[in-house]
Amino acid sequence: MASTMSSAAKRPSRLFRNLSAKIASVPMILTALVVFVGGTLWTVLYSFTNSRLLPRLKFVGLDQYERLWATPRWLVSIENLAIYGILSLIFSLVIGFVLAALLDQKIRFEDTFRTIFLYPFALSFVVTGVVWQWLLNPDFGVQAVVRSLGWESFAFDPLYNSSIVIYGVLIAALWQGTGFVMCLMLAGLRGIDEDIWKAARVDGIPAWRTYLFIVLPMMRPVLVTTLVIIAAGIVKVYDLVVAQTSGGPGIASEVPAKYVYDYMFFAQNLGQGFAASTMMLLSVAIIIVPWAYLEFGRRR
Amino acid sequence: MAMSQTLAADGPRGPKPRHRFSKRNIFIYGTLFVVAVYYLLPLYVMVVTSLKGMPEVRLGNIFSPPLEITFEPWVKAWATACTGLNCDGLSRGFWNSVRITVPSVILSIAIASVNGYALANWRFKGSELFFTILIIGAFIPYQVMLYPIVIILREIGLYGSLTGLVIVHSIFGMPILTLLFRNYFASLPEELFKAARVDGAGFWSIYLRIMLPMSVPIFVVAVILQITGIWNDFLFGVVYTRPDTYPMTVQLNNIVNSVQGVKEYNVNMAATLLTGLVPLVVYFISGKLFVRGIAAGAVKG
Repeated sequence: MASTMSSAAKRPSRLFRNLSAKIASVPMILTALVVFVGGTLWTVLYSFTNSRLLPRLKFVGLDQYERLWATPRWLVSIENLAIYGILSLIFSLVIGFVLAALLDQKIRFEDTFRTIFLYPFALSFVVTGVVWQWLLNPDFGVQAVVRSLGWESFAFDPLYNSSIVIYGVLIAALWQGTGFVMCLMLAGLRGIDEDIWKAARVDGIPAWRTYLFIVLPMMRPVLVTTLVIIAAGIVKVYDLVVAQTSGGPGIASEVPAKYVYDYMFFAQNLGQGFAASTMMLLSVAIIIVPWAYLEFGRRR
Repeated sequence: MAMSQTLAADGPRGPKPRHRFSKRNIFIYGTLFVVAVYYLLPLYVMVVTSLKGMPEVRLGNIFSPPLEITFEPWVKAWATACTGLNCDGLSRGFWNSVRITVPSVILSIAIASVNGYALANWRFKGSELFFTILIIGAFIPYQVMLYPIVIILREIGLYGSLTGLVIVHSIFGMPILTLLFRNYFASLPEELFKAARVDGAGFWSIYLRIMLPMSVPIFVVAVILQITGIWNDFLFGVVYTRPDTYPMTVQLNNIVNSVQGVKEYNVNMAATLLTGLVPLVVYFISGKLFVRGIAAGAVKG
């Protein structure tokens, strides 16, 4: 006992080395372990119970998941998320890249254009949703204006037509987010060596082919990061739908995040909410894990 | 004669002169201009609608400028618009948002900068593991952690209070900010840190006297990132506060999407502009720093 005491006095225990740094990191450690790991495990665990108003540990196996996949509203949510997700990925990448390429032509007023394209990104999804709800209002908005110009049969009312409502949400989302994608792409383009362009020009390769076959492949890291960021944001889409359509008409524009919220805090059916959020986690994992593996696994 | 010879020997210099109105330029500027108009249109419609009276809104076209400019919708949106039982307009939400955003920005940046500093200069066993968990956590959908946090906040008696929401914002701001600060501190020359160590400075005094003064730019970037992010938050506001402490975004949604009453589109647009004003002002003032902030947050990952 005494000997251990004296040895501890000679060399302070490992635990107390860097003590200040450890104390300072307590909030981070708590967040990582309690909220991120603990919270996630807790939700996954309770998704196998029949918790309703309050969480209870009464396991019912996969019942909640079976019920989830038999609920029309969830199926609509998934379908919407798939349509919205795929289209917003494609469009925001294409539009973002084209805008970035145009801005990269050593043009004048570059800063002005960039400021204009990016300002919607500073606005919240709620603001975006409300504005586009107004613009797409069939009685006053774009449809009414085109009709008043003489095209009487013009019909464009995505927010009141359940078969195309998700495209109305998509329009608003693209307006809000493409500027950000453009900025990332522009950073990627600026990172490419000028000599590549000179070499391509000397070889007489037209600009569009240089972009498509030389520059784009060289921008792979930026493209992948952008893709992951957009994809992770798509799964979370919630406030935009709440503000723009409230999930309507009917359940036509529901999304998974809204399903989770409504079941947890309105329908008092926690188990369903947990099961749905676990499915969201799973879908993110499907996107993130391969990326993390490619990105970080290779370095080792 | 000699002149022309030297010219021929040297060849023409400088870039090939371009015609100002070449086909290529017309195409580029034309496209950019059209897209810019498209991006500006919603802002324009917001402003125009918010300055019209309701009769004019009903009659006219959303793109036409107001015939009679009125600030009544702005006054109403700010002071008397109703959400549920409260009829004191967006002003309540505005002050709630201020009371949420200011402490959240300070607390989250304080925590994250110290984290980043510890991770860059004072690594301890397991520090990288916690950091990795933190970064992975940034990708977990918030919905997964919503309810566990409700329970934690209820246990410590902060559920529904602004303090609780401030803590939530600090937690979810931590991954990206810690990454930002860690990368920044790691890029500072290590000799500075070593010299301070030799002189006997400890963890906190190095942080306060050397690291802080040297990292003003990254703090500005973090502040911009957090103000816009926290001000624009909707999900946490709606989950972790009560109606009388709702932030501005939640209140805006309740005003616009309330079912009862006649829809007053001009008031709605004024309310929307008021809600968007703070991040827009931050955006236009900060300019390139905003771009740097989002790019730093995104690309370096």
